[in-house]
This record gives sequence, structure tokens and C-alpha cells, in this order.
Amino acid sequence: MFNNYQEFWNLLPMIIIGAGIIISLIIEMYSKKSEVILPWFSILLFLAAGLHALFYIGDISIVLQNMLATGGNVNIFHAIFTLGAAVVTLLSIDYLKKYGIYFREYYIILQTSVLGMMLMAAAKDILVIFLGLELMSISFYILAGMNRKRLNANEASLKYFLLGAFATGFIVYGIALIYGAAHTTSIDFITSDFNLLSGNLLFVAGVLLFLIGFSFKIAAFPFHMWVPDVYEGAPTSVAALFSTGGKAAAFSAIIATLFALFNNGGQGNFFTPFLAVISVLSMFYGSIVAIAQDNIKRMLAYSSISHAGYLIIGLAAGNYDAVAGVIFYLAAYTFMNLGAFGMVALIEGKDETNLSINSYSGLGSKKPLLAALLALLMFSLAGIPPFAGFFGKYYIFIAAIKANLTWLAILGVISSAISVYFYIRIVVLMYFKTSDTEIGFEESNNYMLAIILSVLIVVLMGVFPGSFIDLVTKFI
Amino acid sequence: MIITIEYYLILSAFMFLVGVTGVLINRNAIVVFMSIELMLNSANLTLVTFSSFLGNSIGQLFVFFVMTVAAAEAAVGLAIIIAIFRNKLTVNIDEINILKW
Repeated sequence: MFNNYQEFWNLLPMIIIGAGIIISLIIEMYSKKSEVILPWFSILLFLAAGLHALFYIGDISIVLQNMLATGGNVNIFHAIFTLGAAVVTLLSIDYLKKYGIYFREYYIILQTSVLGMMLMAAAKDILVIFLGLELMSISFYILAGMNRKRLNANEASLKYFLLGAFATGFIVYGIALIYGAAHTTSIDFITSDFNLLSGNLLFVAGVLLFLIGFSFKIAAFPFHMWVPDVYEGAPTSVAALFSTGGKAAAFSAIIATLFALFNNGGQGNFFTPFLAVISVLSMFYGSIVAIAQDNIKRMLAYSSISHAGYLIIGLAAGNYDAVAGVIFYLAAYTFMNLGAFGMVALIEGKDETNLSINSYSGLGSKKPLLAALLALLMFSLAGIPPFAGFFGKYYIFIAAIKANLTWLAILGVISSAISVYFYIRIVVLMYFKTSDTEIGFEESNNYMLAIILSVLIVVLMGVFPGSFIDLVTKFI
Repeated sequence: MIITIEYYLILSAFMFLVGVTGVLINRNAIVVFMSIELMLNSANLTLVTFSSFLGNSIGQLFVFFVMTVAAAEAAVGLAIIIAIFRNKLTVNIDEINILKW
């Protein structure tokens, strides 16, 4: 199976998680204290896999009969997924207690979804992308409905499942057409014949169907309507994973599949107009509708749609700067969103209270530390310097200008200016408004650790954006 | 009469469209799910057709994976539908509307 020891070593992040799933199942079966052990065991697994991926980032290789790639940007994605999942697990411990969800399977299904994301990022064959995508999605359907006694969670899970399976239908049909045109499912062959294939109607139709299906997974415009419902109904800790890991994984798969788009020196290509339209619609739809939201989870959901729009600008720009920008933005977005969702999970009371934006008013005087952290995250999401969110947008817009898509960059700037309104509104509520009603919530070390970790990464990426971009650019 | 590749492709495209239409117009969650299975099977037919006419086996291999995934999806999907039926005693999508759709 493995040609040599080196292949095994390079694949270790995925093997750690894969073996961890089996060990977790055994722990769940035999240990009476598995409720306490499992979360910390999965955090340990995620950290081990993530640190391995980061330390051996230079070991670039293609393993297992051209099916998987390792090293370079694949490892950066692996680190994003695993560290993000570690933060999610940390958030989940107290969140699940608050809601009385005592299913230990939760942590195991979380691990399987992360394995699916890692497969998607590492794929060198469309088959692997498909399997990773389904492993991730099916785990997500279960996680969304984990709180099975609550009607909201049932409903979110059903909607996510039906629309997700619908999108899968598009993706599989698209893959079938791509296979018919290219005679293979190997991404390397498709990439090298890309210019030849672009004239083939079957191939173009296949790629368009593939992109339509994936726009569901990244929560972009044509398939966005599930996003607010699912984020609102699903447990907050799970919604944090959907909006970060799921989105980053889908983008990693699109970047891998359509890498040929970025190969032609940024001359633009056949798919640029299609991507540009999707990105403009997602950005503006997300930013404008978010203004009208009162529920903070729905607001974050619409903001997630508009962030998908900014990321697609990078795909439309189609040059190497754009790839680096997209990866930077995904890393930054993952941790600022995890922080924001972590804060929502902390402040949320039992039975979905304290979710209105108004429950945040007066937080600045009552809990200064929490308010400061949340304000920082909101500034970063809004794209205000010097935080990570600003540099992500900056790199993507610069790449768009280099690709002669200045109009798209300008629309992006306008849309992010609109989005400043609803992010800053929360900061204003926290510091300049007082509320008479006391909102009760219990702070705990787990929440604080998770939030402070995400904020730390956001600040570090904002202070040293250059070194991260250099790292990413080196491996493209 | 010689059956060329176009016949298979048109049949599978038609099946795919029937599936998409079924998802969009049906209101019963289980029927919607059946339509989604029809979409997956039309993709399977396309894969097998190409595999046979191109003379390589990748497409047939892919079909096995698609069928396995569809089975896993069916297991999870029906479990979700049962969970919602226990709480709400309906599987009509129009009545499942606490969250704004």
C-alpha cells in the first residue's frame, strides 16, 4: 500500500485522524468516563495532526497512486481544519452541557467530518474530492440535527440534508460530464489539457454543474437559502464548524480542481464572467440582508454569504496572487468566525435565549474583556486594519486589480463598506447603550480559552501578514 | 438499429431533469429524496455510458463509490426524516417552517 516509510510519514495527519476515529469508537464503547475523555482526546488528535502538518510543510509529494498530495498548501489547509476543529471541540464541551446533549458520538462525527475536509484538500483525483465531500457533508447533516428533541434542530438538519443532497446530484452529474470529456478523473491530466478541453461543450457544462453544486457548499448565491436557517437551527458550536471548516474545505477542492484556471498568467478565462456574477450577487445579497437581521446567528450567516462572495473574487481573478489571497482569507476568516461564534455560544442562554442583537447592549461595562474581544473580532470581520480580515480582503482585491478586474474589486470595496454597518452596530450596542435586563450566562475556562486562541491567531495574522503570504506563495 | 452514445446521454440527461423537477415541485420530503436519488442514478448512467464507449474502467469504478455514498446518504436522510416526523407528525416541507425558509 505504501511504497516507503516517507509516504506514510507524509500522510500522517490524515492517518492520525483516521486511526483516532477508530480508537474513539473503542473508548466510547468500553469506557464509563468517555464523556470526559473523548473531547480532550479529540483535541489532542487535532493538535497532533495540525502540528505535524505545520512542521513538515516542506515534504511535498504525491502518494497512493496519484490519489493524494501532501505538503505545501495542502498542509496549510490541514492545519486550518484541524486547529479550527480543536477550537470547535473546546467550545462544544460546555455548550453541549448547557443544552443537555449527552451524545458522545458528537465528537466522533466531528472527527469524521474533519477527515472528509482533509481528504478534499489533499485530493489529486476527482474521486477523492467526491468521497471527502460526502464524508464531510453526511457528518454535517448528523451534527446539525444532533439535538434531536428540538424541532428547530430537526428542521435545520432536514433542510441541510435535502439541499445538500440536491447539490450532490449536480456535482456527481458534473463529474460524469467532465469524465466523459477528459476521459479521466485525474486532476493533473485535466489541468494539463485544460485549454484544449475548454472548447468542449461537454466539459464546460460539466464544470459549470460542478461549480453550481459547490456554490452550495461554500454558501454562495444560487444555493444560499439554506445558510441562515441551518445556522440558526443547528447548535452554535456546529454552526461554527459549518461556516469555517466546511467553507474552507469546499474552497480548497475548487482551487485544486480548477487550478488550471490560475495557470494562464491571469489572462482571465471562460469561467471568469460566471464566477464574477456569483461573487457580486453573494457579496451584495449577504451584506444588505444582514443589516435587517435581529438574530445574531442569522446575521453571521448572511455575513458568511458575503464573505463567500469576496473569496470568489479571488477565484475569478485567476492568478497566483489570488490563490495566495484566498488561502490567507480562508485562514483569517476561519479563526475570526470561530471567535465570533464562540462568543455567541458563550452568551447564548439555555433554550436559545440571548440570541437577539440587543442582548449585547451594555456588555462593555458589565464584561469588559469579553466586549473587547468581540469588538476586535467584529472589526476584523468588517475588514478594518490592522486585523487579519483587512489583509485578506486587501490581497484578494489587489489580485483582482492585477487581473484587470478593477470593477469587481471596486464592487467588493463598496460591499464591505456596507457590511461595516452591521458589524459596528454590535460594537456600538456594547459600548454606548445600556440595558436594564440582566442577561445571565456562565463564563468558563473552556470558552475563554477557545475565544482567546482564535483572537490571538487573528491578531498575529494581522500583525505579520507578510510572512504568512510568503509561506503560501512559496508553495503555489 | 444501432444504439449510439447519444441515446444513452439523452436518456440520462432526461432522467436528471426529471429528478431536478421532482425536487423543485414536490412537497413531501420522502418524494423529494427519491427525486434526488434519481439525479444520482442519472449521473451513474452517464458514467457507465462513457466508461463503456471510451473503453476505460474509471467510470464504472466511480459508480460503485456513488452507489455506496447514496446508500449512506439514504440511511442518514431517512433517520432525519423519522426524527422530524416524531416531533411534528408531518413530512410536508411546507409545514416545516419554524425557521424562515
